[in-house]
Amino acid sequence: MRRNTWLAALQGAVVPLVLLAIWQAASSSGLVNAKILPSPVAVAVRWWAYLAPAEPYDPANGGYVAWLFSGELIMDAMGSLYRVVMGFLVGAVLALPMGLAMGASRAAFRWLNPLVEVLRPIPPIAYIPLSILWFGLGNPPAIFLISLGAFFPVLVNTIAGVRQVDGIYLRAARNLGAGPLTIFRRVMLPAATPYILSGVRIGIGTAFIVVIVSEMIAVNNGLGFRILEAREYFWSDKIIAGMLTIGLLGLAIDSGVTRINNHLLRWHRGLEH
Amino acid sequence: MSDILINHVYKRFAVPGNEVVALKDINLDIASGEFICLLGPSGCGKSTLLNAIAGFSHPTEGSITVGGRPVVDPGPDRGMVFQEYALFPWMTVFKNVRFGLEVKGVANDVADARVRELLDMLGLSEFGERFPKDLSGGMRQRVAIARVLALDSPVLLMDEPFGALDALTRRSLQDELLKIWARLGKTIVFVTHSIEEAIYLADRIVVLTYRPGTLKRDIRVEMPRPRDAASPEFNTLKRELSRLVSEEQQRHEAAERAGLTTD
Repeated sequence: MRRNTWLAALQGAVVPLVLLAIWQAASSSGLVNAKILPSPVAVAVRWWAYLAPAEPYDPANGGYVAWLFSGELIMDAMGSLYRVVMGFLVGAVLALPMGLAMGASRAAFRWLNPLVEVLRPIPPIAYIPLSILWFGLGNPPAIFLISLGAFFPVLVNTIAGVRQVDGIYLRAARNLGAGPLTIFRRVMLPAATPYILSGVRIGIGTAFIVVIVSEMIAVNNGLGFRILEAREYFWSDKIIAGMLTIGLLGLAIDSGVTRINNHLLRWHRGLEH
Repeated sequence: MSDILINHVYKRFAVPGNEVVALKDINLDIASGEFICLLGPSGCGKSTLLNAIAGFSHPTEGSITVGGRPVVDPGPDRGMVFQEYALFPWMTVFKNVRFGLEVKGVANDVADARVRELLDMLGLSEFGERFPKDLSGGMRQRVAIARVLALDSPVLLMDEPFGALDALTRRSLQDELLKIWARLGKTIVFVTHSIEEAIYLADRIVVLTYRPGTLKRDIRVEMPRPRDAASPEFNTLKRELSRLVSEEQQRHEAAERAGLTTD
């Protein structure tokens, strides 16, 4: 078992390593212009410079840990993460009760669904002009756009989750004496969680896409802002370093969410632990 | 005093372009503490009748009273055990059994003690913290039985509860059920299509006809328990019931061939 895991990791590393080698060879041989595609080594060096604290350590400016995390990359990643979390929370907190209502009540569904169906296909990016008009620059328009991106996946999955609850559980609960409120809270809600959580996962993914775009238009820090700024200076090594950071951060968020989901759904059939 | 009184009950379903009479003029008095089996092929309305007693569906005509009160809604005075177990998969075994007590508002420590007692009675003490997905079918049905016993309802309704189990597990749960019934004195209405199961368990076997569902025969089983499936009495009764049920099964198949039904 353990041997297989190592083997799989080794196998997964082969293709990236080969690509890196080809990339390095192409750069070293002068086959491609370093301004267009810098070498992997140049990217790694730039990445380190981006990550490392800008100022030398000075106890007068606060503790060692604060200094350690004072690098530009860390600040950018924190800025992006903050917007993702805030935007996602706003979107999900609005979508969850609305989805529960629309899933549980036919009347609520009839009232709200036509509006949802019209607004849902509009990509959050299309709201950029309006968001600047409404919220100006800075975090508010970014958080607005991100919350839009998170809202619809959570909403749609919550509706589907409540609607697919197996009637046998409702019958059993009624037979055991449960009233409508208890049934909603203790039967429909938990029975819908697998769907809701997959909506949450998609919502966070969308929020992460939208944060990068929103930082390119409205704010002065964050990973999205940084790679656009690097383009203006023609720092292609920094662009790639920023992109890889975005990829790693996205991976970290997604695996974190997956772990939480696995814990919450430990009762669910067909889940690997 | 009769515990369950079924009075001129009709149940009609509208199907596209037609009407199905699932139950027709059913009259049945079930005595308190009686173990009764409803027997018949699929489509004879035995589950429909059980659901009407449970309060999940209302008769088109007629009335049902349980313990002197007319049935209007499902309720914990008529605990139901389903063939599909219907355990809440997100709750542990312990919490499943506790659910009915919580709904009732029983104090925490009293509820905990009661759940432990029931788990013990059904041989589930070791499984309290498991989730249903980690249990076998037989174990799950034990949990479902513990869950309705927690309600302490005078009436138990069982809808082919052992239909999905293998023969050995089935027999051991049948024995368990008879023990519980002897000990707690519940009225049990048990739906099955297994003739042998009906004879093994019941005080009284009611055979229903295929559409419309009417009472075909009401037979009292006088054999002492535990009943021996190899005994001559058992087999005489089995032969008679087989004849009655297969007549209805043939009507069912004829209806299928005529394209009147797909169930």
